[in-house]
Amino acid sequence: MELLVASAVGILTAAGVWLILRRRTFPVILGLALLSYAVNVFIFASGRLAIGQPPILADGAAGYTDPLTQALVLTAIVISFAMTAVIVMLALAARLATGSDRIDDGAEEET
Amino acid sequence: MNHLIILPVLLPAVLGAGLVLARRAGLGVQRLAGLAGTLVLLSIAVGLMVQATTTPAQAYFLGGWPAPFGIVLVLDRLAALMLVLTAALAVLVQIHAVATGWDARGTHFHALYLFQLMGLNGAFLTGDAFNLFVFFEVLLIASYGLMIHSGGAVRLRAGVQYVAFNLVASVLFLFALATLYGVTGTLNLADLAGKVAQLPPGDAALIRVAGVLLLAVFGIKAALVPLHFWLPATYANAPGPVAALFAVMTKVGAYAVLRVFTLVFPPTTPDTGALFAGLLLALALATLAVGAIGVLGAATLARLVAFAVIAGVGTLFIAVADFTPQGTAAALYYLIHSTLAGAALFLLADLVAARRAGDGLRTALPPIAQHGLIAALFLVAALAMVGMPPFSGFLGKLMILDASRGALMALIWPIVLTSSLVMIVGYARAGSLLFWKAHERGSRATTHPAQPLAFGAVIAVLAALAALTVFAAPVMRYLDATAAQLHRPTAYIAANALPGVAP
Repeated sequence: MELLVASAVGILTAAGVWLILRRRTFPVILGLALLSYAVNVFIFASGRLAIGQPPILADGAAGYTDPLTQALVLTAIVISFAMTAVIVMLALAARLATGSDRIDDGAEEET
Repeated sequence: MNHLIILPVLLPAVLGAGLVLARRAGLGVQRLAGLAGTLVLLSIAVGLMVQATTTPAQAYFLGGWPAPFGIVLVLDRLAALMLVLTAALAVLVQIHAVATGWDARGTHFHALYLFQLMGLNGAFLTGDAFNLFVFFEVLLIASYGLMIHSGGAVRLRAGVQYVAFNLVASVLFLFALATLYGVTGTLNLADLAGKVAQLPPGDAALIRVAGVLLLAVFGIKAALVPLHFWLPATYANAPGPVAALFAVMTKVGAYAVLRVFTLVFPPTTPDTGALFAGLLLALALATLAVGAIGVLGAATLARLVAFAVIAGVGTLFIAVADFTPQGTAAALYYLIHSTLAGAALFLLADLVAARRAGDGLRTALPPIAQHGLIAALFLVAALAMVGMPPFSGFLGKLMILDASRGALMALIWPIVLTSSLVMIVGYARAGSLLFWKAHERGSRATTHPAQPLAFGAVIAVLAALAALTVFAAPVMRYLDATAAQLHRPTAYIAANALPGVAP
């Protein structure tokens, strides 16, 4: 379980970092999305991993899982979702206005 | 509970949402409501500042939930100072935006402006690290809208870069917060202060990682070298009044560093010690050098001012990295000064760009309309920004140099003084090309409406700088008390009324 979650965070982050270093906006946006998935799993894991436990204290439950990280993840998901929508719209507008979807300044030498 | 504390967040949120709905009511109504909103915000901020001077830190518990579980807002001298600075700047910049007609070149300018203020005020007031992240996102998402206000290909391209850079910063912020939460089990700043100081030795490496990640995030916000790459293109391509308001946005990073690294990770923390002070000083000196070189080499006036803002951040962080009450007080004085001076220069750059075929600094063009007045204002603003007497920049730099006397003096003083000289040359080059060489290109000035209110806003910002110089003694009394409060955060922690912590 720990190995699975840790490697998921690691692989998502690595793929995200590789993608945001690309030259065009589309892979960069995908990379940002992957990075936000990675951080969401990471926040979730920071409340310790527990399987089949209730998120609130209840009589008869063997233990509980941290509800706060779930609330934090929810907030982070909503925000990253909104931000992704904003950057998609912006990238689209920039693509239509400049005729190029390169994210750096070198628009003149299109390859 | 004192409900005045929540108003700087609540008022712009409600008014901004109302203005989005009231789009059909026309620009006149939006201007009136927006200006009234910022004026009310200013009066609330001044009221809060008076309260902060008379009482120690006060907490506002949202929904009445007790501290480590619920969200708290905390008002202390530093928060009140930042609120007043932001609101005062916001009023003047908004007048400039209305007078120059920038707010008419796209929709929802005033609503976005209010949302931006909501994010700024929230970031200054919050006493919770995750809430700090949320307010950062609020102010960023509003700034994305403001930055591309009125559109255009160059602005949109710069906007994409700006958003992408800040999304990476947000992800880093979340990684830092999750690490912090995983180690300490809390995100309330006052609670963190107690828990970080007494961690088991096995967690030292993790808490150091969390601290350095937080420093990197705040460094991106504050545009510390080498995390400054987003700033020049963003500020130079944003509409003039928006860039002037953004002058306070880099200071959010400085505020967050001051708050978190005096409260949660003070230099006395056993696991981190002087790690952050050393890192910050090295970055600050590099920032100052890069900013000064940028001022000298900038190709447009707006880029020149953007690099001047970077140099200002560098100077500010030299004093912050000292982590003594004296250094912090000097940093706060310089923070007020560099925000106002940077804003004045951005507003002037906007006036120049509107009257000239661009604000390029490569070729001389014929004189512009209202040539004499703009030149005089530029001289005053540039002298203030670079730190020449008799303006507040000189006092600020003097206090920072004074605070940095000691072992590292031989390193800090030459860099500060040399970079000031380099920047004087940069401003002189820009000013002589824009205003003196213009006469050699013929005497026919371009025509442009006079816009007395736009000039009034610039003059008011410069007058605030003059007041900061003249009333330096009372201002410094307030700032010394602020710095003392920051370095002895007992009142701040007590205000949170944490269970198990003796008041």
